[in-house]
Amino acid sequence: MIHFVLLISRQGKVRLTKWYSPYTQKERSKVIRELSGTILSRGPKLCNFVEWRGFKVVYKRYASLYFCMCINQEDNELEVLEIIHHYVEILDRYFGSVCELDLIFNFHKAYYILDEVLIAGELQESSKKTVARLVATQDSLVEAAKEEANSISNIIAQATK
Amino acid sequence: MKEYIIRLVYIEMLGHDASFGYIHAVKMTHDDSLYLKRTGYLAVTLFLNEDHDLIILIVNTIQKDLKSDNYLVVCAALNACCKLINEETIPAVVQQVVDLLGHAKEAVRKKAVMVLHRFFQKSPGSVNHLVSNFPKRLSDNDPGVMGATLFPLYDLITIDVNPYKDLVASFVNILKQVAERRLPKTYDYHQTPAPFIQIKLLKILALLGSGDKKSSEQMYTVIGDIMRKSDTASNIGNAILYECICCISSIQPSPKLLETAADAIANFLKSDSHNLKYMGIDALGRLIQISPDIAEQHQLAVIDCLEDPDDTLKRKTFELLYKMTKSSNVEVIVDRMIDYMISINDNHYKTETASRCVELAEQFAPSNHWFIQTMNKVFQHAGDLVNPKVAHNLMRLIAEGFGEDDDTADSQLRMSAVESYLKIVDEPKLPSAFLQVICWVLGEYGTADGKYSASYISGKLCDVAEAHSSDDTVKAYAVTALMKVYCFEKAAGRKTTLLPECQSLLEELSASHSADLQQRAYEFRAILDLDANAIENIMPLDASCEDIEIDTSLSFLDNYVQKAIEQGAEPYIPENERSGTLNISKIRNHNAYEISTHSLRFEAYEVPKPVVPAKIPSTVTYPTDLVPVTATISEPSYQPSVQPTWPLVPVSDAGSALGSTELKLRLDGVQKKWGKPTYSSGASSSSTSNFELDRNTVNGATKPDTAISKPREPRQSHVEVSEEKQKLAASLFGGTTSRSERKQSGKVSRTTNHGEDKVQSATVTVPITTAAQAQPHPPDLLDLGEPVGYTSSYSSTVDPFKQLEGLLDLSQDVNATAAGTSNGPDLMSLYSDADTNGNSNQNLNPVNGSVNPSKKPALLTKGPSLKDALDKDALVRQMGVNPTGQNPNLFSDLLG
Repeated sequence: MIHFVLLISRQGKVRLTKWYSPYTQKERSKVIRELSGTILSRGPKLCNFVEWRGFKVVYKRYASLYFCMCINQEDNELEVLEIIHHYVEILDRYFGSVCELDLIFNFHKAYYILDEVLIAGELQESSKKTVARLVATQDSLVEAAKEEANSISNIIAQATK
Repeated sequence: MKEYIIRLVYIEMLGHDASFGYIHAVKMTHDDSLYLKRTGYLAVTLFLNEDHDLIILIVNTIQKDLKSDNYLVVCAALNACCKLINEETIPAVVQQVVDLLGHAKEAVRKKAVMVLHRFFQKSPGSVNHLVSNFPKRLSDNDPGVMGATLFPLYDLITIDVNPYKDLVASFVNILKQVAERRLPKTYDYHQTPAPFIQIKLLKILALLGSGDKKSSEQMYTVIGDIMRKSDTASNIGNAILYECICCISSIQPSPKLLETAADAIANFLKSDSHNLKYMGIDALGRLIQISPDIAEQHQLAVIDCLEDPDDTLKRKTFELLYKMTKSSNVEVIVDRMIDYMISINDNHYKTETASRCVELAEQFAPSNHWFIQTMNKVFQHAGDLVNPKVAHNLMRLIAEGFGEDDDTADSQLRMSAVESYLKIVDEPKLPSAFLQVICWVLGEYGTADGKYSASYISGKLCDVAEAHSSDDTVKAYAVTALMKVYCFEKAAGRKTTLLPECQSLLEELSASHSADLQQRAYEFRAILDLDANAIENIMPLDASCEDIEIDTSLSFLDNYVQKAIEQGAEPYIPENERSGTLNISKIRNHNAYEISTHSLRFEAYEVPKPVVPAKIPSTVTYPTDLVPVTATISEPSYQPSVQPTWPLVPVSDAGSALGSTELKLRLDGVQKKWGKPTYSSGASSSSTSNFELDRNTVNGATKPDTAISKPREPRQSHVEVSEEKQKLAASLFGGTTSRSERKQSGKVSRTTNHGEDKVQSATVTVPITTAAQAQPHPPDLLDLGEPVGYTSSYSSTVDPFKQLEGLLDLSQDVNATAAGTSNGPDLMSLYSDADTNGNSNQNLNPVNGSVNPSKKPALLTKGPSLKDALDKDALVRQMGVNPTGQNPNLFSDLLG
């Protein structure tokens, strides 16, 4: 099972965190500090796994962003590496060649997508299309709701004039 | 508002406290608009943990949303369920989630399955009745739902394989379909059909097939197919390959599959990618447990990985080496590991590496000298991280030497240890555990062959005590060592004068805040005033290995009991046979006393200081053994003899004469028992005593370290095995090897280890249990009318086990400890205030099970029965029980 997902920029800034196991706020910042220290200092040719406190952290670098997932000792690292890639591909498809700025400004959308890919620390959907479809419907519904709300408020505004 | 909440999430993500806004996020989940609701749920899942106070406000909303017509709302609520619902609130939503398993939308079904899985992880009890839903969902039309169902099934199968054996066929079937690309194209990932589902299925099959030939055979073809088809160029293909190898190594081995697996591993190791190398090393580690010889062809690759700059890869390789260590390559491997251990500074892995070094060294050490050197290194660099048990093992090895009759080799070994320690001891920073070992060895053997003078050794010891003035344990060890050095000197008839620094140390310690140190200091002084003869009795040279016998039936009291009965005292009636004939208050008093004993026992167990436990057991065991005797003979002195003994236990008693008052008070009880009123105090008594028990106690109490001095036979057997093997197997790094026998030796040592662990854990629990058990059992213990009460029929079973005795050392150990502690009190009472019986029982494990030692084996009942029987037998015999066959059932009952 995946214990947490971290997105760290190359400067050590946190871009996204998702915790599937309980950690207090203090532990969280400690974990982030420790891991960004170890991961960011690793050379490019080394392997993408770090053993850490009895867990394994699998990370992968995309441009200036590091995607890290913490897994159990007995999990399959290569698989997790592919889960990261899977998530990145979906992000890419959603945003259209995703970049760090997309994630900074629309990080809540990244969260929604992550919620469709992973649930309770396990991969829930391995079909990119299904995820994309679900996210799209949600978005369109939201849009519709927004318009509706706007129009209602317009009506109210007009009525109260 | 929504914008604000999202900003709040961002703030929280950056690690700042945003708790002021939590309530607004909760409020937002109540909103009707999906748009806001979704944001609200997102924020809440990120903000709150399952035990947060605000959760209770959300449960209601979740309940409502789960019933919503809009499936997106339901999805959002289900997402929140995973994170927010805790054990207490599960019942509130679980029924609705189960209903959703039949929802029309597959996205909802899938999430519902995952939520149930989460609930199962959190509290298996609350959803146990729903478990049957999972296999049903396996046949869902949607592959996504089917894939999700595999997660809870995997967990269920991990817990208990048996109910799911009949699913093997369907799992194999699904896997086959997946591999044949029957699933929709959208599940392909980089041209590999649904790899994540394949991996999960392989994991499940590995669990189902382990140790089950029939199930395994069903899997062979499909696994072979997948391995053949998998694409080794892509990452995901390799992930599947790796999972196949794991599966193959876990199920009943099939030679053909093992071969393909070995080929795959070879490809991994040859690859340039570090990731694949890492996986290859890991897979190799799994596979060598089944077929040890495949590692041979990869030697070079493994050594490359070992020298790789990548720390993760290095660590993994050490793990592999650890798995393939055998006697012939242990030196190389352990040296490497120690070097690595020195180089890292992460405590977690340092501890792990250190304990592995110790384990390997204990299992495979080619020579004792090497073992000692290795241990020295480990202690020096990671001393405080090593299990204290290891220090005791080391001391025991030095004390025992080769265990055989080869005295010269033993003394050489000791001298080399002494020399190496004398060299090391001056270094400024040494861990406490290591210093304890050094002190003990110097005290015991420092002057043994006359190479170093007593004043030289004692000077060193004083330095140690001074340099580590804040560590009471080390100081205690040092003082006891000093005491031994001087005693040996004096006993040998040489003239001794205390060094000035030793004098000042003693003075300092006599006023120490630690009662333990104080007592040692006073003992030291008192013992120095005795004459050589007495000292020799108290501190026999090199007696740390001698066995201690306990006369549990207290036969030496027979005369006295007889006399008392002749004089008209009532004979002792076992407690279960008395019926109100005795003074009730006395019994009650007795019981009350025992209750207090229990609480004391707990203390003894928890306080880690070495001497304090040794003292408490003494007061504890003494009354249980002896006092009731006085009670039954209706001695009026019953109360005084009991009560004074235990109020003195508190360590906080800073009175300088702690030891002596305690002893004096107890004396009157003892006098009566022995029936010798003149037997009061003074040094003379010690030399004139001629009871059988005295001998024993002299040994037992003056050599308190007996606990660590039991035969090291298991190690011997390893060494023997390994020497044979050395002929067969050249080292791993030497080239051609046959590793076939490694497994066997590994097994032997594993079992021993296992046994050790077990005994260890048993010892830990002993103090409590024996305390509890002591109460129902006084009759057996105390019935002096029948001294044979403590006998067993074990003599008949002894012989077959004799050859295997080697397995038993630790269990004997336990006994020795018990013996040491239980003898303590007797000695103390015998020698009264002149007694310096060296309450220095350094044993950190106060196994004062001597109240009813025969009970202990009952704790060891788990595990392989033969080994068990051996343990028990050794225990029984160790207790000095005379197997007369008169009471055949007593022990079989006790030992279960």
